[in-house]
Amino acid sequence: MAPPVIDPSASDPSPRPAPDPYRPDAEQAHPSDAAETADILRGTRGTVVPVGAGTKTGWAAPPTSCDLVLHTGGLARITEYLPGDLVVVAEAGVPLAALQQRLAEHGQMLALDPPEEGATLGGIVSANASGPRRLRYGTVRDLLIGVTVVLADGTVARAGGKVVKNVAGYDLGKLYTGAHGALGVVVSTTWRLHPLPPARATVTVPVADSAQAGRCAVRLARSPLTPTAAELRWDGAGSGGALVVLFESTAASVRAQAREAVALLGAGTTGDDIPAWFGRRPRGDLVLRLAYAPAALPQVLDALDGLGTPDDAAGSVRITASACTGVAYAAVPPGADLAALRAALAPYDGSAVIVGGSPAGTAQAAGAGRTAAEHWGPPGDAFALMTRVKDRFDPGRRLSPGRLLGGL
Amino acid sequence: MSDAPIDLLAGRLRDRIGADRVLTDPAQLRTYACDGLATVRVQPAVVVLAGTRDDVTAAVRLCAEAGVPFVARGSGTGLSGGAVPVADGVLVVLSRLRQILDVDPDNARVEVEPGVVNLWVTREAAPHGQAYAPDPSSQQVCSIGGNVAENAGGAHCLKYGFTVNHVTGAEVVLPDGEVVHLGGTAPEHPGFDLLGAFVGSEGTLGVATRLTLRTVPAPETVRTLLLGYRTVEDAAGTVSDIIAAGIVPAAVEMMDALAIEAAEAAVRCGYPEGAAAVLVVELDGPGAEVEEQFAQVLELAGARGAFETRVAQDAAERDLIWKGRKSAFAAVGRISPAYYVQDGVIPRTRLPEILAEIGRLADDAGIRVANVFHAGDGNLHPLILFDDTVPGAAEAAEDLGFAILDLCVDAGGSITGEHGVGVEKKAKMSRQFTADDLDTMHRLRCAFDPAGLANPGKLFPTPRLCGERPGVRTAADPARDPALGEVF
Repeated sequence: MAPPVIDPSASDPSPRPAPDPYRPDAEQAHPSDAAETADILRGTRGTVVPVGAGTKTGWAAPPTSCDLVLHTGGLARITEYLPGDLVVVAEAGVPLAALQQRLAEHGQMLALDPPEEGATLGGIVSANASGPRRLRYGTVRDLLIGVTVVLADGTVARAGGKVVKNVAGYDLGKLYTGAHGALGVVVSTTWRLHPLPPARATVTVPVADSAQAGRCAVRLARSPLTPTAAELRWDGAGSGGALVVLFESTAASVRAQAREAVALLGAGTTGDDIPAWFGRRPRGDLVLRLAYAPAALPQVLDALDGLGTPDDAAGSVRITASACTGVAYAAVPPGADLAALRAALAPYDGSAVIVGGSPAGTAQAAGAGRTAAEHWGPPGDAFALMTRVKDRFDPGRRLSPGRLLGGL
Repeated sequence: MSDAPIDLLAGRLRDRIGADRVLTDPAQLRTYACDGLATVRVQPAVVVLAGTRDDVTAAVRLCAEAGVPFVARGSGTGLSGGAVPVADGVLVVLSRLRQILDVDPDNARVEVEPGVVNLWVTREAAPHGQAYAPDPSSQQVCSIGGNVAENAGGAHCLKYGFTVNHVTGAEVVLPDGEVVHLGGTAPEHPGFDLLGAFVGSEGTLGVATRLTLRTVPAPETVRTLLLGYRTVEDAAGTVSDIIAAGIVPAAVEMMDALAIEAAEAAVRCGYPEGAAAVLVVELDGPGAEVEEQFAQVLELAGARGAFETRVAQDAAERDLIWKGRKSAFAAVGRISPAYYVQDGVIPRTRLPEILAEIGRLADDAGIRVANVFHAGDGNLHPLILFDDTVPGAAEAAEDLGFAILDLCVDAGGSITGEHGVGVEKKAKMSRQFTADDLDTMHRLRCAFDPAGLANPGKLFPTPRLCGERPGVRTAADPARDPALGEVF
């Protein structure tokens, strides 16, 4: 039996001092369950910023106000695990790595692989974090089947359920995913699980230019092969890059699919090693997540190349793309013209949002000093509706104020 | 023509959309009084046969200006009464909006109008080696707009997910007539995932006029297997064994003896005689994986005493196996004068005990129940048989259906896996959710539709106005929603 392909020991599940990303003088609260979380929200009136392990605080704009940092790390119980039903219920503060470890005992996994070490389930939901395996398994919205939140007024409300198939009522889990706590504080999550695949194989294809990257991605996406991930490392025009396609299935199947992939893509070497950069986010002073129509990969790479190379980028991976899905991460120079980049991506339904980076040598929080407009880009025609949603869920605008699109 | 608000509205709709597309003649309206839930009938005041997306926007705007409620309807195949009209309201029929707007295989997207039939999407994608995965049994007639409203499922959602996992964008007319774009071609967008919340909102948040769907590559290999069992427990045990072996089949369907009898009578699908249950198991994917797992499934089935194992050798044999399953609902018409379809979900591992309990409830009520279900995800479809010429029989059937839903909720499941809440099950929402849960959902409703004009009287157990204090409910208004009386 091959080793589990998502290695639960790869990230550190032990608790560590949560960062205080916003205001040194803000109150800190550490509830240990949903009821205490509700008491805190009922018993206070000021602005509140929920935080899990704090690994993705830079993924949303800095709050315009923060009277209280609400740490959810104390909500750390795996409440219910039903291996036969491939369902698990776990509180928001449970680290993903700890959950994976427990699930692996039964040959199962939560098919989410964001790389941030120590990240909690609540933080992953609230930031809508994903990794390479989104190609096969989707993202939080495809795997979260139930959720409990505490609203700004202390109401504890559940949506979804404990069965995968369920269309009773509005699917509010979708709404809370990626909302950075602005509609309610996620306190419990329920997930559909998948079996751990028994074997893996990789195919590594050198890519000379952006057009070739695009051709490989489309060919793979349109083939009946079922890779779990296809990650592109892009070193810029002139240097090219490498596409690593990951197959995870039965031993016979991954071998056969790897061979077929080499034939399909016209080149490539097979193996079972995953390179160190695979699934890691690029690091730098300004890191972006881009989303776009999947076939626009070459245009996106060209637009990123046009921004230039960060000064400190020598030797580090700057750009990675989940090649068939329409998502990429890029470290760009701190002074990059984001408005121009966003305009270049617009024909491909593209967006570019800041997911991290801090001015070198400062203790400032990631993304500090940037406005919501710089962070997220321009809102679309549904923004007035989003504002109405925010005002119904959080009429006093006390949860994560200013962190979301358009300064919500 | 009186100057009652609804008549004034009808006049404005005629002026804007065309007299031939606005129906007010009671004889014509009768056709639209119900959807697939035939027991609830409400005649609307006006029917608008929208011919263009602009017609839809105009109709919704005129309704909003007049303060008149409206309901959108696609093919009308829904089984929970989600498209039941509102008396004194407008029914906006979308089934003429049938344009496929774009087929984009490199991005794996197809863009359609809401009246496009589910199966047409796969037909468009097939020449490019792709398919649209959600496949409700009614896929030959049901519309994408209705699928999106109800978050439709189907046999293959065990592996591929539901409608919500295959819609990336929507153009929506909000209940006040404003047009917004949720999602798009890209996989994600900054801001709240309003698209995710819109899918499955049963027409209560607005009307989709254009949808961007995600297609998937057609699998390299498909293997379909029919298994016959002497006991329901053995069939259910095989399902658990398959899942425990780490196999995710494309579909696992189960039918009990009465459902088999009905399917045989209707379509001669050749299911094994004397079986207490049959399973239809389908695996798809790359050849090597499918063949290896298929051999495992055969072994597991044998270990549970499957007495008949039929492997489809070609597409025709596969179609025959599926024909029995997909026609099962209609087939029970052969063995009963009338029937009522329920839709509930339980944790898969509790299948044998819940089925036994359904059997007990049915015996106590003296009612026959045929069970057809998506066993892989615990989605039950009990078909409750009754004679509609017997006074009280329909009510008894409905009572039994609701008792089965109570079982589902008590087992940790759901009152609906794919048919939606509609008018049929709204009273049961408070069995599954607390008042706080429902109040929170209502906040979303109020953000989209503060005037409560879009498909009122559906999904929520008790009608209520936005701005009311949570917990304080107004009484149902029978003039506005006479269907309420049939549920409570």
